[in-house]
Amino acid sequence: MAFEILEPGLATTVQDRGRFGYYNVGIPQGGAMDALSAEMANALAGNTPAEAVLECTYMGPRFRTDDAAVIAVTGAPVDVKVNGGARGEWSRLELDAGDEVSFGILRGGTRFYIAVRGGIDVPVVLGSRSTYGLGGIGGLGGRPLRAGDLVPVGNGAAPDGSEPPQEIDPGLRPVFEKEVSVRVMPGLYDHRLTARGMETLLGATWTLTPVADRTGLRYSGPEVEWEPRQQPFGAGSDPSNIVDAGYAVGSIQIPGGKEPIVLHRDAVSGGGYAMVATVISADMDLLARSAPGTKTRFRSVSMDEALAARAHQRSLRARLWGSGD
Amino acid sequence: MADILSPLPGIFYRKPGPDKAPYVNEGDHVDVGQTVGMVEVMKQFTEVRSDAAGTIDHFHIEDGGTVNPGEAIATVSEG
Repeated sequence: MAFEILEPGLATTVQDRGRFGYYNVGIPQGGAMDALSAEMANALAGNTPAEAVLECTYMGPRFRTDDAAVIAVTGAPVDVKVNGGARGEWSRLELDAGDEVSFGILRGGTRFYIAVRGGIDVPVVLGSRSTYGLGGIGGLGGRPLRAGDLVPVGNGAAPDGSEPPQEIDPGLRPVFEKEVSVRVMPGLYDHRLTARGMETLLGATWTLTPVADRTGLRYSGPEVEWEPRQQPFGAGSDPSNIVDAGYAVGSIQIPGGKEPIVLHRDAVSGGGYAMVATVISADMDLLARSAPGTKTRFRSVSMDEALAARAHQRSLRARLWGSGD
Repeated sequence: MADILSPLPGIFYRKPGPDKAPYVNEGDHVDVGQTVGMVEVMKQFTEVRSDAAGTIDHFHIEDGGTVNPGEAIATVSEG
């Protein structure tokens, strides 16, 4: 079976949990940016966490299914319409052959996810179905969806054992707020900022600009102060430049000392900007949920706190899949 | 009266290019589906079209201004 794309939306891509193990050769992990929302969509559709879903950014697609299907929509708040009639997010939806699915205007956040029982069945490339647009690999032809595409859907065997949830408990759903606090660990190049520069990074309220995509998110706010130094051979002349180094996913660079950029799941693997802090893995989804204009504060935590946050998120996910912690 | 809403966040432009004339001006007639401007986000330009036929009464967002999803870009007097 397949979904026929009537209108593609702004940047609708196939994503799964990501493509791990190739960052050393410059291929990023990719995968759903708001991983928890995507996973909840899979749970509702009766999939495993591994099936590929559609990630919709700002403006969703309009599509028609050629067969009966079980789908679920999660993530940023948006009106879901089946043949023009209103349906809900965060619950399992049954479609008949020929049904048309469309979406309203986002009421917050940035991304929402469509899972279908059986998963989006594009070829696996380097261990993942995720679309990496900059590299032109994965997904459907390595690119966002276009009108006229036929998106293949896998054979949706009914899940064995426990019945999938009919809806996600409102208390477990991610929230899409206008103000967020994001946990970071200083480093690896925090020594390049003055004490006052670090105070600015951690004390200021940063506003997410519209310059934000799967590669990274740019924030506006005050200027940070760098330690003066003679730039070493191989580094650019700006104090925010370093001799090229590997970039961590979630690392924060501040080109020119203005407008920090947080690298996300499709980021390049290295370059010449000092990474002054790194967003902890547990909070990467928070960035993906932020809409332009979101007031953001970066809060410094220790490695122990970061690991505890990661463990907490794992146990929440285990509960979603009914396997306890 | 009908509002033309932006489906996207980003920068709103009333002209197809810096040296071009605006798509439409206040007082002009627009048809259903006619382009009245475009929004730039994620290095993509998306045309904003009118859902109503009538006369452009007023633009709420200036050329180069910032819009949010669901925000009214212009008001059309129908008929």
